[in-house]
Amino acid sequence: MTINYFEHDLTSLHNQLVNKEVSAVDLTRASLDNISKTDDKLNAFISTNPDEAIAQAQKIDEKSDFSNVLTGLPLGLKDNMATKGIQTTGASHILEGFKPVYNATVVEKLQNLGAVSVGKTNMDEFAMGGSTETSYYKQTSNAWDHSKVPGGSSGGSAAAVAAGQVPFALGSDTGGSIRQPAAFNGIVGLKPTYGRVSRWGLFAMASSLDQIGPFTRTVKDNATVLNAIAGFDEKDSTSSQREVPDFTAKLSGDVKGLKIAVPKEYFGEGIDPKVAKQVKAAIAQLEALGATVDEVSLPHTKYGVAAYYIIMSSEASSNLQRYDGVRYGFRADDVKNLEDLYVKTRSEGFGDEVKRRIMLGTFSLSAGAYDAFFKKAAKIRTLLIEDFNKVFENYDVIVGPTAPTAAYGLGEEVDDPTAMYLADVLTIPVNLAGLPGLSVNAGFVDGLPVGLQIIGKPFDEQTVYQTGYAYEQASRLFEQHPDVAKEY
Amino acid sequence: MAETIITRDEVAHVAGLAKLAFNDADLDQFTTQLGDILNIFDTLNEVNTDDVIPTYSVTENVNHLREDVANNWNQKQELLNNAPLEAADLIKVPAILNGEGE
Repeated sequence: MTINYFEHDLTSLHNQLVNKEVSAVDLTRASLDNISKTDDKLNAFISTNPDEAIAQAQKIDEKSDFSNVLTGLPLGLKDNMATKGIQTTGASHILEGFKPVYNATVVEKLQNLGAVSVGKTNMDEFAMGGSTETSYYKQTSNAWDHSKVPGGSSGGSAAAVAAGQVPFALGSDTGGSIRQPAAFNGIVGLKPTYGRVSRWGLFAMASSLDQIGPFTRTVKDNATVLNAIAGFDEKDSTSSQREVPDFTAKLSGDVKGLKIAVPKEYFGEGIDPKVAKQVKAAIAQLEALGATVDEVSLPHTKYGVAAYYIIMSSEASSNLQRYDGVRYGFRADDVKNLEDLYVKTRSEGFGDEVKRRIMLGTFSLSAGAYDAFFKKAAKIRTLLIEDFNKVFENYDVIVGPTAPTAAYGLGEEVDDPTAMYLADVLTIPVNLAGLPGLSVNAGFVDGLPVGLQIIGKPFDEQTVYQTGYAYEQASRLFEQHPDVAKEY
Repeated sequence: MAETIITRDEVAHVAGLAKLAFNDADLDQFTTQLGDILNIFDTLNEVNTDDVIPTYSVTENVNHLREDVANNWNQKQELLNNAPLEAADLIKVPAILNGEGE
């Protein structure tokens, strides 16, 4: 049975399961078929697990309890989320062959609801990168143009959803790694508020910034998935004990009276004028729907990249100390002693971008540099948060572009780390402040999608989704599909 | 504004702290790249932060403490299965001290 995921949202797939028009096995097989038809071009998956997925789907069909909307629906998981007994690599050589002995909390939650993971998606090594080109394993392509990057670091998850291989996927976002690939592939991606979703079982990059979130083709689907993965987890000491609302509750299409702030800094130097024009048109559409739109200032925006790269690399250098070749993963050969084992394993097991960030972080935390770099960056972080707080005294959401450009060519920027880092300027402040941020498709520049970013107050994902939904329903851009859709 | 300069020797020192080894060509390349990135970091010196309190985390939580109940502990074999080398139900590593054989 062929199922074209471009023709269905999650609710419609759910209804077909309830009405016995399809089975969970049908949907799982369809995803695996879709992947086999298109993944030679996309390379979105590092690995698939057909045997486990079909066995799980069979059990779900036998039980025949489709009371939850996600029961029986297939998905893809970024390969930095622990899956029990299934290889999880973080796209790094150092974890080749590693099979976790436990499930990440998000994986456990989705499995308990009966959602079926069909595979692990490609990403930048340990989520370090913005183009999925630092993966040890393969090069993922953009769903709209296979000569372009899919964005990153969750490029595999974004491309898999945008290409209709799976109806939804999970990614992680430390400095834009969900929102930017969502923008580059013309789909919906949310980085939830810090603490909204448990990080337990997510391979830690920067623990004060990382969040897991959903990739979907529509806003309602996205809110539906967040409903399933959000909530307190005693295994993550930073997960929030706040009540989890129904994230689909404010999806009426109505934004009359909504107060929207547009930071002038988000349209400053370095933003492609064509991207700026497209995003401004999207904002005008929200205004036409009855929202009020004012220009505001977030004056410390330009310092976000520097503060972020100090904090992120410091936390990452500490988190990545655990990869030493002793307990799991890759171990170097021909070593003389334990010290030699550590150094040789890490030097052979990590790629250049990971080494670069470990070096930056180790330097920033070292005696003599700590105050001037790490502590200074933490103070700038306070100023960035205060910028947001001031704006949110008078506004409901902040909007702007998700990324300064549309997707660029494979190999174009990967050798220029400073250019890559500066491209994160619009997504980074949201992580530093712990806010929810959504990217929805805002149209196309030269055939490539461009993202509208919607930033909300802490724990106000509902209003973020409300805004995104109103724009999406008015623009109907989710009805446009990449050419790869013709394969199904 | 003072510019942070990082020398090749300092990069080699940091590599030692991070338990990474580089060949000469890599060390040169990393020295140049880290220098460029540190120049971006130096822009933070434009901002006066004398009276600003640093933010290290945005979590609202203080500390969660759970009941001290042992669970999920009987996984020795599964954990050993992931180890690159095991012997006698233990993870095997090379000699810890220099000059001693295995």
